[in-house]
Amino acid sequence: MNAKPARTRTAGKPATAAPARKAKPTGQPKVAAAANGATPLVEMRDISIAFGGVRAVDHASVDLYPGEVVGLLGHNGAGKSTLIKILSGAYPRDHGQIYINGQEAQIANPRDAKAYGIETIYQTLALADNVDAAANLFLGRELRTRWGTLDDVAMEAQARKVMGRLNPNFRRFKDPVVALSGGQRQSVAIARAILFNARILIMDEPTAALGPQETAQVAELIKQLKADGIGIFLISHDIHDVFDLADRVFVMKNGQVVGQAPTVAVTKDEVLGMIILGKCPPGAIPGPGAMAA
Amino acid sequence: MSDIAARPVMAADEEGPFRRFLRQTEIDSRLLGMVGALALIWIGFHLYGYFVNGFGAFLTPRNLWNLSVQTASIGIMATGMVLVIVTRNIDLSVGSVLGLCAMVMGVMQVWYLPQWLGLGHPALWIITVIMGLAVGTAVGAFHGWLIAYLRIPAFIVTLGGLLVWRGVAYLIARGETVSPVDSRFALLGGGPFGSIGATGSWIVGLIACAAIVALIITGRRQRQRFQFPVRPVWAEVFMAVVGCGFVVAVVLLVNSYPWPVGIVRQYAEARGIEIPDGGLFIAHGFAIPVLILLAVGIAMTFIATRTRFGRYVFAIGGNPEAAELAGINTRWVTLKVFALMGFLCGLSAVIASARLNSATNALGTLDELYVIASAVIGGTSLAGGLGTIYGAILGALVMQSLQTGMVLVGFDSAVQQIVVGTVLVVAVLMDTIYRRRAR
Ligand SMILES: Nc1ncnc2c1ncn2[C@@H]1O[C@H](COP(=O)(O)OP(=O)(O)OP(=O)(O)O)[C@@H](O)[C@H]1O
Ligand SMILES: [Mg+2]
Repeated sequence: MNAKPARTRTAGKPATAAPARKAKPTGQPKVAAAANGATPLVEMRDISIAFGGVRAVDHASVDLYPGEVVGLLGHNGAGKSTLIKILSGAYPRDHGQIYINGQEAQIANPRDAKAYGIETIYQTLALADNVDAAANLFLGRELRTRWGTLDDVAMEAQARKVMGRLNPNFRRFKDPVVALSGGQRQSVAIARAILFNARILIMDEPTAALGPQETAQVAELIKQLKADGIGIFLISHDIHDVFDLADRVFVMKNGQVVGQAPTVAVTKDEVLGMIILGKCPPGAIPGPGAMAA
Repeated sequence: MSDIAARPVMAADEEGPFRRFLRQTEIDSRLLGMVGALALIWIGFHLYGYFVNGFGAFLTPRNLWNLSVQTASIGIMATGMVLVIVTRNIDLSVGSVLGLCAMVMGVMQVWYLPQWLGLGHPALWIITVIMGLAVGTAVGAFHGWLIAYLRIPAFIVTLGGLLVWRGVAYLIARGETVSPVDSRFALLGGGPFGSIGATGSWIVGLIACAAIVALIITGRRQRQRFQFPVRPVWAEVFMAVVGCGFVVAVVLLVNSYPWPVGIVRQYAEARGIEIPDGGLFIAHGFAIPVLILLAVGIAMTFIATRTRFGRYVFAIGGNPEAAELAGINTRWVTLKVFALMGFLCGLSAVIASARLNSATNALGTLDELYVIASAVIGGTSLAGGLGTIYGAILGALVMQSLQTGMVLVGFDSAVQQIVVGTVLVVAVLMDTIYRRRAR
């Protein structure tokens, strides 16, 4: 894993190009102004969504800077996946705004999100089970020949390249992904997210099904992407992993943000206290979900 | 999961010669099964006729040629049904849409167009066909819109369509049978004049052989260029020989069915040709509807496997949520699938009404069952995500063989219904068992 991360350029417009700037500049001050004062790559402000009576995400605000890894932590059902699915365009939000590079972003569906350079590894992987790895990697962004037909051979060639870096033992390019092991499927999902020039990467439990070697490779990959200036939201239940990789953590509980903290300013036990009790330590900035002191 | 991943490695050591043969030639074992079933049906009916009725009428050029023409209409619609079922939908209305399109084309070419253009105008059939295709596409797109955008289940929309469009067809002609159709239009239904003859059939056969060889060679080159594993050379040669041999056999077959004596006499008289003593042998060759089916099969295979649209259709069938998250506009794709289905119903209506030389109110009745059965027998999974175009066409051939065979040996229609219904259920059962084994 010492090669550069996959920066595959696809034919046509680069994936990172923001869509025909529907966004209008806003004069509002940044709420979560970072210590360095730069414009956040992503700012999700005051986001809410309810499913029936369940307030899955309740006035949550998170932000992310270029080259930063932000860990999202919280108990099962805390609302982590739902929050990032709003960013990836999978769910329409009931309330709140999203800013990308300081400009309000219109994200109504996954296509919009991808146009802003947001790539997502979903917890459920979201693979089309009946088609092969290459078809999944390029789903929705197929390479085409000059006659407009699918260029399966070229897609397979690129798939072999990127999969070779993530999971060198992977050979099953002809099989539908339903026939792959859980870890192999996860590798396919990760490969898909890094294949295009993502600016913002969302990883929802990216290593849950991976073996130790593959997990280490993903950790290495995250460091490389970070060095390239990509912002990463990392959701994980493995607090050690998060402390190894993340610069900051946000902790959620019952749909609300308990608080945020740079990983250098808090201990693992303090973060566990935030997750379980909702209690903010001195090194953290409390959010609306923090237990009253 | 992990034991599945390990299986092929293990299987490579202990597979028998037959399995190895299938793997290296990449022949679908399912395809072989279907060809076997077809052979069984054909030989079975032939022998039954031979022993019970005193003559085996099935394996004759005449019957097989007719079988090919009869398969065309169902086969064309079955290719569209594959995509519909692959996206986890169903279309119960295809028979009625066919009836509607046929009726629209009937009244256009018999009642209205001749008033403006004059009877027998050369553009008449073209306008008629375009009308029929347009109506079919529009109805299909409307179904697709109701299903994809208003979220009404396809089962309900098309069940409603089954009644509605049959009713509309009845109202258009007040239940009358509209005939005869335009003489050029009638050629699209086959018959001696609607066939391309011996020379034409050889040309088609040669083009097909050239295409088979070209496909095999370019496929191999492509894979070599990127250094992917390729089939062994013997397997490539074997596939080419089998493919071309099959094409030649079919051409020989359609060229051995002569025009009926009466038609030959008419034709000879009209052209002032002397009929020799032994009679004049004029072969039918491929019927035009069969060529249309062939063209549709190729076009639909292309759409299903080589285009983005086809890829999306299968991805939606495999995991609709994943397709949506990948940024695919699943509703628009669904609408297009149904529009395509409607277009193919229109095309089938052209063939069915041209063959019948009229548009009747009952045209296409129960076709939905044959079409769905063809797709399912051909390996399209009702769970979605799986299916092939060639499978559906073979399935249509199986269904039509059963139908024709039963008529030929004199089963009455009650028995025919029982058999067709049973075959449909058994086909789905076999599919379920096959897939459980394949896991
Ligand atoms: N599509 C949905 N429909 C209804 N309720 C939902 C839906 N998605 C999530 N929820 C609810 O929203 C809440 C938050 O779920 P979410 O998946 O975001 O949790 P999470 O923090 O990702 O948990 P986990 O760690 O288990 O992945 C849960 O109570 C869940 O039941
Ligand atoms: Mg989750």
